[in-house]
Amino acid sequence: MERFLEISQLSVAFPKAPVPVLREIDLQIARGEYVAVIGHSGCGKSTLLNVIAGLLPATAGGVVLEGREIDGPGPDRAVVFQNHSLLPWLTCYENVRLAVDQTLSRAMSRAKRHEWVLENLALVRMTAAKDKRPNEISGGMKQRIGIARALSMKPKVLLLDEPFGALDALTRAHLQDQVMAIHASLGTTVVMITHDVDEAVLLSDRIVMLTNGPNARVGEILDVDLPRPRDRLALAADLRFVAARTAVLEFLHARHTNPALAAA
Amino acid sequence: MTMQGSKPAALPPVVSTPVFAAMPKVSRLRPIIAQVLPPLLVLAVLIAAWQFLASGPNATLPPPTKVWADARDLIVDPFYDRGGLDKGLFWHLLASLQRVALGFALAAVAGILLGLLVGTSDFAMRGLDPIFQVLRTVPPLAWLPLALAAFREAQPSAIFVIFITSIWPIIINTAVGVRNVPQDYRNVAAVIRLRGPAFFWKIVLPAAAPYIFTGLKIGIGLSWLAIIAAEMLIGGVGIGFFIWDAWNSSNLSDIIVALTYVGLVGFALDRIVALAGRFATRGTSAS
Repeated sequence: MERFLEISQLSVAFPKAPVPVLREIDLQIARGEYVAVIGHSGCGKSTLLNVIAGLLPATAGGVVLEGREIDGPGPDRAVVFQNHSLLPWLTCYENVRLAVDQTLSRAMSRAKRHEWVLENLALVRMTAAKDKRPNEISGGMKQRIGIARALSMKPKVLLLDEPFGALDALTRAHLQDQVMAIHASLGTTVVMITHDVDEAVLLSDRIVMLTNGPNARVGEILDVDLPRPRDRLALAADLRFVAARTAVLEFLHARHTNPALAAA
Repeated sequence: MTMQGSKPAALPPVVSTPVFAAMPKVSRLRPIIAQVLPPLLVLAVLIAAWQFLASGPNATLPPPTKVWADARDLIVDPFYDRGGLDKGLFWHLLASLQRVALGFALAAVAGILLGLLVGTSDFAMRGLDPIFQVLRTVPPLAWLPLALAAFREAQPSAIFVIFITSIWPIIINTAVGVRNVPQDYRNVAAVIRLRGPAFFWKIVLPAAAPYIFTGLKIGIGLSWLAIIAAEMLIGGVGIGFFIWDAWNSSNLSDIIVALTYVGLVGFALDRIVALAGRFATRGTSAS
């Protein structure tokens, strides 16, 4: 496999905790691949994503992107945060524009940047609401702006941290379809953190299942060889879809039950 | 009551469009009435109660009817000027407002700058915060003798009292705002590599702005409290001295009118700062 994004022997420990959150994680991700990381709450999924983003330092091991070791955050690994993290004093357009101005000012002229912002807003179908502020739009729309902002940085890897977690089921399905379409047209490499089994199977090429933390490791990696484009209605009855879904469910609920739930 | 008559309910529901066209008229007026009616009613009840309580033979304070009779000139014509201290309330309020404006403006500039310093530098925080915490508990008027000794004049002393009263909440709120920039915004800034001055101007300052305006709002309220008390002591033109002067000539009605004006102006100052805050923070600051 081509080594595009490589996580090797990665351990992450927090200063005062006796046991590391993540231990010796190994994972290779190819260019253009869509990888989902799934696990119970508290297993360190978000920690893993934050290390790839460069927002958290690795305790041991490391992450290499295109041959360069990651030592801090940067626009080549754009993050879509779970709580959207839009700046409330800026309009939707300005939120994206700030990221574009900051990351692409050398590569593009002013007029080009303006067009590029509009192009990205159109990609997530938010052109109509571009001059609204985040508190004037719905949660799903905020997340779409978050995605537009991340994509507008022309990242090598798009990092999604439970991007649809806070949304209702219908909005979530709609956004999942949009992300699939964007992934199909742009071919961006995506690492997505999720706790939703259906979402992981529907969107991903591979599903990385983490064991329970602390001391979480890669328990199993499942290849989802469903043809793209995928259609959620057609897949619902597809045996390969059902089998993949069952495999993930079995990992999560039979072999690695949520410790918090087991204790309750 | 006229509202009831204009309800479109009486229209026959034959065609739907005219009904819809008539709808907004009612729904636009109704919330305004719902807003305005309760305070007016409560005010009427309070004035009636005041009239009742102050009408007895042993009453020490004048009832509203007497206030109106005694201070009619003062209420209807705030703009007269017969020279010296015999001026309408407008001129007294204007003099007080000028002092507040100057003192508060100085406090806002110095307070925000000091707050930014304390918020961003740990050394400044550890060095200055204990001093601020002690000084801010000193009552405004306690500064007045010292100010009079230092400036040897009433006007700058009053302005200094305003300054020293309103600066503490501005400093403290600004510092808190700078320290509490949410981690989410810091993460966004880190990913797009906003650093140094750009980070300060584009993330820290807008994120702290609601806190800064909270400090300014508290500060303007305290200024207005302090100026009345300070003017009572320093004399001259000003609403504070007007009240003290009225008390010395046993003119209780004038005092009541002046207090009403003081309250209204204080409320207006608070609203103005809140509005400025909402405008400057683009709606992200709570009023």
